Amino acid sequence: MVNLPEKKVGVVSCSGEGCVEGTISRIATRLVLEKFRPENTVTICLPLFLAGGKEERAFAKEYPTITVDGCNKSCAKIGTERHSGKVASSIVVTDLTDSRECVRSKSKRKLAEEDLSLAERVAEKIAQEVDRILNLGR
Amino acid sequence: MKTAPPRKVMVIPCSGIGKPLGSVSREAVYELIENIRKHNTETVCLALLVCGDKEALRLVRENKCIAVDGCSMQCAEKNLKHVGGNVVASFRVVDALKQNRKLKPKSVTFLDSDGLELATVLASQVARKVDEILSK
Repeated sequence: MVNLPEKKVGVVSCSGEGCVEGTISRIATRLVLEKFRPENTVTICLPLFLAGGKEERAFAKEYPTITVDGCNKSCAKIGTERHSGKVASSIVVTDLTDSRECVRSKSKRKLAEEDLSLAERVAEKIAQEVDRILNLGR
Repeated sequence: MKTAPPRKVMVIPCSGIGKPLGSVSREAVYELIENIRKHNTETVCLALLVCGDKEALRLVRENKCIAVDGCSMQCAEKNLKHVGGNVVASFRVVDALKQNRKLKPKSVTFLDSDGLELATVLASQVARKVDEILSK
C-alpha cells in the first residue's frame, strides 16, 4: 500500500479521448491537484487502475475517491466501483453544460476559452466535494 | 459507383494523468487523428473500451490498432489486449524520450514546448507505421 498521509481524497478522471469533455475532465482534475486543493488530493491513473494497478486499487478501497467523467457513460465511476467499491462522489462534465451532451466535432486538444472556463468550473466543483468529504468547512 | 470508405487504423493512447509522458501520448494521438493522418486514423476512449462498450469493442476488434503508451507499464496495450483488440504495433513515449534526450517535458496539464515537440516526433513515427499497415 502506498504510504500517504491522512486526509487525502483520490480524484479519478476518465481518459475521455473521444470528446472534448474528456479533455476537460482531465484538465479539471489536474487543476485541483496543482491549484485548488494540492494538499488534500492525489490522482489515480485510470488506465493503470483498470489494467490491474494494485496500489491504485488499494488506495481507492481505503481512501475516499471522486470520479470525474466527461460524459454520462461514467467510465471512471463504473471502473472505480467495479474494482474498489463505492465512490464518495461523482461528477459528470456534461451535467454542467447547456447541451448536456458530448461535443465530438470540436478539437479535443486545443481548448476554446469557454472550454477552459468550464474546466475551472468543474475544478471548483471537485474542490467543493473534497471539502465536504474531508469536512474542511471552507 | 460508390467508393469504399478509407481504411482506418485505431490509435489508442494511455492518457496517463500522473506524469508528462501520459500527456505526450495523448497529444501525439491527437496530432495524428486531427492533423497528419486525420483520414486514416481514429481513436476511442480507453476507459470506455475497458467498461465493455459494444461499439468501442467492435472498432478495436475489427480494425488494426496501435497502442501509444507513456511509460513501461504499457496500460493502453495491456487494456487493448485484455478486451481482444487487434494490436499490431505499440509505441512508448519513454522510448521517444531516449531518442531525443534534449527534450525534457515537465508539465502535465498543459504540455510545455518540449512536450509538444516530443509529441510531434512521436506522431511522425506512428504515422509511418500507419502508412506501413495500410500499404499491406
